[in-house]
Amino acid sequence: MTMRFMLLFSRQGKLRLQKWFTSMSDREKKKIIRDMTTMVLARQPRSCNFMQWKDLKIVYKRYASLYFCLGVESQENELLALEIIHRYVELLDKYFGNVCELDIIFNFEKAYFILDEFLMGGEVQETSKQIVNRSIEASDMLQEVRFTDMHAHTHKCT
Amino acid sequence: MTVTLLPLQEMIRAIRSARTQCEERGVIQRECAAIRAQFRQADNGGRSHNLAKLLYVHMLGYPAHFGQMECVRMIASPRYSEKRVGYLGAMMLLDEKQDASLLITNSIKNDLSNSNQYIQSLALCTLACMGSAEMCRDLAPEIDRLLRASNSYIKKKAALCAVHIVRKVHDLGELFTKAARSLLTEKNHGVVHGAVVLITELCERNSETLERFRKTVPDLVQIMKGLVISGYSPDHDVAGISDPFLQVRILRLLRILGRNNEGASDAMNDLLAQVATNTDSTKTVGNAVLYETVLTVLDIKSESGLRVLAVNILGRFLLNNDRNIRYIAMTSLQKIVGTDHNAVQRHRGTIVDCLKDQDASVKRRALDLSLALVSASNIRSMMKELLSFLSSCPPELRSQTASGIFNAAERYAPSQRWHIDTILHVLTTAGGDVRDETVPNLIQLITNTSELHCYTVHKLYRALLSDISQQPLVQVACWCIGEYGDLLLRGECQETEPVQVTEDDVLDVLETVLQSHMSFPSTRGFALTATMKLSTRITENVDRIRSIVSIYGSCIDVELQQRAVEYNALFKKYDHMRAAVLERMPVIEKNSQGHINGETIKESQTVKVKPGDLLFKRLMHSPWLNTDLKLMQPSTLSVFSVVATVTVYEKDGVTVTLSCEKQSDSGLTVTLTASNSTESDIRGFTLQAAVPKSVQLHMKAPSGDSLPARGAAKVTQMVVLNNPNKVQLAYLQLVSEVFDLSPIFYSFGSQNI
Repeated sequence: MTMRFMLLFSRQGKLRLQKWFTSMSDREKKKIIRDMTTMVLARQPRSCNFMQWKDLKIVYKRYASLYFCLGVESQENELLALEIIHRYVELLDKYFGNVCELDIIFNFEKAYFILDEFLMGGEVQETSKQIVNRSIEASDMLQEVRFTDMHAHTHKCT
Repeated sequence: MTVTLLPLQEMIRAIRSARTQCEERGVIQRECAAIRAQFRQADNGGRSHNLAKLLYVHMLGYPAHFGQMECVRMIASPRYSEKRVGYLGAMMLLDEKQDASLLITNSIKNDLSNSNQYIQSLALCTLACMGSAEMCRDLAPEIDRLLRASNSYIKKKAALCAVHIVRKVHDLGELFTKAARSLLTEKNHGVVHGAVVLITELCERNSETLERFRKTVPDLVQIMKGLVISGYSPDHDVAGISDPFLQVRILRLLRILGRNNEGASDAMNDLLAQVATNTDSTKTVGNAVLYETVLTVLDIKSESGLRVLAVNILGRFLLNNDRNIRYIAMTSLQKIVGTDHNAVQRHRGTIVDCLKDQDASVKRRALDLSLALVSASNIRSMMKELLSFLSSCPPELRSQTASGIFNAAERYAPSQRWHIDTILHVLTTAGGDVRDETVPNLIQLITNTSELHCYTVHKLYRALLSDISQQPLVQVACWCIGEYGDLLLRGECQETEPVQVTEDDVLDVLETVLQSHMSFPSTRGFALTATMKLSTRITENVDRIRSIVSIYGSCIDVELQQRAVEYNALFKKYDHMRAAVLERMPVIEKNSQGHINGETIKESQTVKVKPGDLLFKRLMHSPWLNTDLKLMQPSTLSVFSVVATVTVYEKDGVTVTLSCEKQSDSGLTVTLTASNSTESDIRGFTLQAAVPKSVQLHMKAPSGDSLPARGAAKVTQMVVLNNPNKVQLAYLQLVSEVFDLSPIFYSFGSQNI
């Protein structure tokens, strides 16, 4: 797996989003969250955005009041990981319009939906911003419809 | 539609406005109770909101397992809004270890063939996130079908789902090989990206598959060329680079395919050169692509020109203002410092400058790389830099720096004096962070550099005068003063300014160490032994030493007390032996690094050993041995070497000699021979023996029990010792009941048994 997890947390260490790309016990997850928040929050303002933690590389970046923290495997390209974080922020920004931490707090499920259109199974899923945005919009519209026609065994999709 | 307690956003607001943890818990418990009640009721249209609330609560760290079944139900719902939240809940609350996860397999299967692509997408995403091996096996054929016949939106997701399946169940890789191959020809970037990731995964798992996919190298090269050369593509452009994510993945796949293969490496050579030269490196994204290119070039069988290009790119990275870029440059250089050493050496200056960077990560990388670049030709300048780094480096790097310096000094020291100076410098700067074996190693180095004894003891004496807090330094200094104190007192030295000290001054220093609360117990041991040794090297103040030693005979520290008592005995009963015992240490042979505690007490077979002195001195003086010297009773101590017969007792006409013969790796046969040169026979002479618990002893019957007069005949006795645990030190204590023999101690060196 190239990406193992993505965490978003505030400057006070409050978790805003957690995405795990591998199967882990709850205890392990909690430990990782603790370790990441401690390590990242302890960093000096203009430090390098990369750290080594156990056998993983940690790539983090701060956007306004939120820290975005990616745990990636050792053969991953750290600079590209920074780009991945940045792309996700752009997607959120486009969706919420000038996104801020509160948006992510009150609409956390949307943040997840957007992430799930961009990354999957620890890899980048779609490299075009526009396509991701359009998919989210279409899904949202689908959600508005009260009763959608669901016939599980009809024709194949093309 | 039943009214829920609070809509999602209201609940979040309520939780956030709670002023204490207790209040927050209260709100959450209330909400959870309501949610649980709602779950039990029939479908009421507000289910997705309730589950969403539960997921929020879960993210705060509260238990939410009662929502698992609700997720399962919601996933089966016909409403998209409920499915969406249901699948999200499944990804957050269910993982493959929960039994409930199997229950959604059927729903996923159904949803995979749904006419609506967004529903298919939910199923694919969830499967790729938390699909267990069983689920993967179950659904793999479905995924394969979707890989071939669906729209690009689904194909790209199916590809990544296939990646997950292959990771969980390696054998299923075979199933997807063909589909993966054909996906490479698609136009849609998302699909191609997914295909590249899938092919990478398949190739990494199976070398046969890798062989087969080598044929795709030309296709991949084409795709890359298209990305690099083509004009602006608004859909995928990032700061002038066209689809950097795809470019990086293709480069990584090329790396895997080109590794160890000349043909494939040749085919991609031109492309890599092109990417390396044409990619704009002003922004991070361009550098990300360049970085991946460099990694690929260095890993495949590239031609030398290309390799040089790659290393130069790294060199440029080292000069970049962006700390991140410097960091990754150093990580990459570290990987190739073994193979392309000269190329990396060219950038040594910049790397050493990075030691002064503010950032801890950069410093760490710079340290690793600097240590790897030390060589015989640059040792002096590099050491200057490393020593100055040591004085200002962050505490967590000190130990590593110190050991790195020691290693480098040992391998490339241009002169012994330089070597000693360097080690002393480290001990004064970072004495507290050095590893344990530094002290014995340094002592050995000093002992073996006999021409510098005077110089060394002077330097150490001065260092001790200024600071007695750095324990390793104090230990070495005490040892040296003990050994070479006479050189100090002589007041002349060629290499450095001599000190004018009196015996009292020197003893003062040692006493200060003994009494200081900063000194570790082991350090005080060193100081006491050193004081004792000086008794044979000074002339006037022996009484002072005697009194120090006797004071410590009642010290609370058991180890110190024991030593003091032994030294006391050396003054009193065994004064005749004192000079021999406290003689200068001979040259110590070094076996290998890291062997301490006894293994280094291998006798140097070439050195002529006087029976009864070498090993004993080692035991007494040895900085290696820890306190397991309980065998040192205040009694005659004799030690013998492997070689000849040794006389272990000679008094009043009775002589007992001992010789030993090694039988096996752990067995030793000792032959005791007693003779009597007095005028009368001695009857009832028996010898008993004792050994440490870990050594097995078997005494054979003696040849007789009386010693005839005038050496007419000897009594011999064989003792078989077995040392299966290979204890470092073993002793054989002989006792005679009839004769007034004091208990005799014999200590074996480690290779005797």
